[in-house]
Amino acid sequence: MTTRKAATGKAVTYREAVREALREALVADERVFLMGEDVGRYGGALGVSLGLLDEFGPARIRDTPLSESAFVGAGIGAAIAGLRPIVEIMTVNFSLLALDQILNNAATLLHMSGGQVAVPLVIRMSTGAGRQLAAQHSHSLEGYYAHIPGIRVLAPATLEDARYMLAPALSDPDPVVIFEHGSLYNVSGTLPPDTGPVDIDRAAVRRPGTDISLITHGGSLGKALQAAEQLAADHIDAEVVDLRTLRPLDDATVTGSVRRTHRAVVIDEGWRTCGLSAEITARITEQAFYDLDAPVERVCGAEVPVPYARQLEEAALPQPADIVAAARRAVG
Amino acid sequence: MPALGADMTEGTLLEWLVHPGDQVRKGDIVAVVDTAKAAIEVECFENGTVDRLLVEPGTTMPVGASLAVIGPARPATQTSEPSVPVTSPLVRHLAEESGVDLATVHGTGPGGRITRADVNAEPPSAAPLRTPPAETDTTKPPDTPRVRPEKPPTPPARPGTGDGATRVRATPLAKRLAVEAGIDLAAVAGTGTGGAVRALDVKAALAAALPSAATARPAAATGRHETMRRAVGDLMARSKREIPHYYLSTTVDLGAAIGWLHERNRELPVAERLVPTALLLKAAALAAREVPQLNGFWTDDHFTAAPAVHLGVAVALRGGGLVAPAIHDATDLTLPELMARLRDLVSRARSGRLHRSETTDPTITVTNLGDQGVEAVLGVIYPPQVALVGLGRVVERPWAVDGLLGIRPVVTATLSADHRASDGATGARYLAALDRLLQKPEEL
Repeated sequence: MTTRKAATGKAVTYREAVREALREALVADERVFLMGEDVGRYGGALGVSLGLLDEFGPARIRDTPLSESAFVGAGIGAAIAGLRPIVEIMTVNFSLLALDQILNNAATLLHMSGGQVAVPLVIRMSTGAGRQLAAQHSHSLEGYYAHIPGIRVLAPATLEDARYMLAPALSDPDPVVIFEHGSLYNVSGTLPPDTGPVDIDRAAVRRPGTDISLITHGGSLGKALQAAEQLAADHIDAEVVDLRTLRPLDDATVTGSVRRTHRAVVIDEGWRTCGLSAEITARITEQAFYDLDAPVERVCGAEVPVPYARQLEEAALPQPADIVAAARRAVG
Repeated sequence: MPALGADMTEGTLLEWLVHPGDQVRKGDIVAVVDTAKAAIEVECFENGTVDRLLVEPGTTMPVGASLAVIGPARPATQTSEPSVPVTSPLVRHLAEESGVDLATVHGTGPGGRITRADVNAEPPSAAPLRTPPAETDTTKPPDTPRVRPEKPPTPPARPGTGDGATRVRATPLAKRLAVEAGIDLAAVAGTGTGGAVRALDVKAALAAALPSAATARPAAATGRHETMRRAVGDLMARSKREIPHYYLSTTVDLGAAIGWLHERNRELPVAERLVPTALLLKAAALAAREVPQLNGFWTDDHFTAAPAVHLGVAVALRGGGLVAPAIHDATDLTLPELMARLRDLVSRARSGRLHRSETTDPTITVTNLGDQGVEAVLGVIYPPQVALVGLGRVVERPWAVDGLLGIRPVVTATLSADHRASDGATGARYLAALDRLLQKPEEL
């Protein structure tokens, strides 16, 4: 056996944490295989699967043509046939080519077959901006997928979630879409000792606080935590909630936080209009209206295609200063 | 924000009585403003159309601040039927069905347009214009009334309790806490965006009212009393600091006046009977017209005589403090008219609903403490007026007339006057005129 131990105790990157999770899954279950554009010989467009081809061979680390609809469809077929495919799509922008497969087949077959045909498929894709990759590689379309009944949508924002979310995703009998924010792959840190699989039904409170809830996910989590530190200097004690699971949303954790703090800022790199932030805000007013002491604030991506120029890209994305300003407005 | 008295530096807008789009004429009552002393109805200075209201009710503004924008009067577009407002077919149908006269409905829609809600809010006129035919009724479900004719006329909105513009802005949490604590949100000052009441405001109000929640209202009243006390104090201090007062006093025989009054009252029903105060006020006004040096204002280091006598009447308020609103053109009123005006003025002063002109226009003031048993009152002049007449109680005294001693009703009349504007001789002429006028009550 060539299994390497998960690197606990020493610094790892988010990329390595995802790779370690893949390796663990490939080792643990022979039905698991990885497929996608450039995942094999190139080591993954984002470098996640580097080395896995050598370790597991071309039957389990499969390069595909540039044909999202075809290889996602193949993944659906493999899942129905009894395998446990993990399909990597380079970016969420490209995933729209496979949206028909995901929405009309993966999410729907269990329903249309009267419960006879489950689709235990995991789709991983990168999302988000911040790396000057311009408008066709940078959007945050998690909200499109969180809209679809029949699938689960995950957004690992921490090393720990990157490392330990894949196993429960593979255990789920239904399709699971995992969004890895592109700005996170190089984030490094120390993985805590193995705490077991992540509870993918629950949002996580990343920083407890009493004055305002900053509710976010994915690539914006770090910005929200930075904002919370700045707010602490002003004696505003912010609680940071990481949604972690975008579908089904964990209402109890979100509204529980708002009930304690009475104010909320929803941070979403996606567009504001009809987006995930709108859904969170609506749920807060539906479920915690009488606990609100200020209108819910939203900090979202500018409603433009994500610009290429660095300054413009930064201006188009939620930044810690924007979050701080929104929190100050709410706290007053 | 108009100056509603010489002592006023700021005022709080309590209520708008007009909406954007309304036509207003000079002199129309457009708003109610709270000064330190009373709630006063503000008259419009211009003719035109209300364009925008700049200030929300509850806002305190300095004198001179803009409250609203009045644009030029809108050209009459409906030349044929200017009194019939613009309405949609649906609104006309609803109005006809429920017997509402659209000419009397106030439109709240764009440009004063009457909306469906305006019709629904209107009580029906006494006789519906048309009762719906029975066959129409059968086609409609009986339990879906399209209008609510049982709704009473909308009561005048009080700040903080009504709907719409005067609704209290408060967060849901603040509202819930206020209900739980039994606190009236209208009495809580909001610190949130746009003055919204937030949870911490409710908590602060609750802490302030801790001894018992029921003291919240009296606490507010005490605040009002204190500001009134301070306003009166500031004005009187200014008067005593700036005005070199001189004082004159005389005792007036009211034998003729009281005798005439008794004769006259004998023929009248109780409600129309005159009281001595009416005679005294009328005489005080006529005497001021005779001695114009005492009737007017001292401003910018010189005296300006007023063209008419607007007689200020000092009214003590329940709970302390006083106001001295004017009876306009008091010299031209008959005694019954003057009585009626006095009664109206006192009741409105005590309920805090004076007109702006009544608080700014007095040209000379009378203070009458006779009903308190006081025999003589030497008063303090209300700046920028230059004289104040004090009247005591009408008492019976042994009195020599034509060499004979008799029992006569007499009153002590005093004059406090501004030595910058007049001298003692002028003041003496005033008191002499007052005396003379009161000897011929039939001519008053």
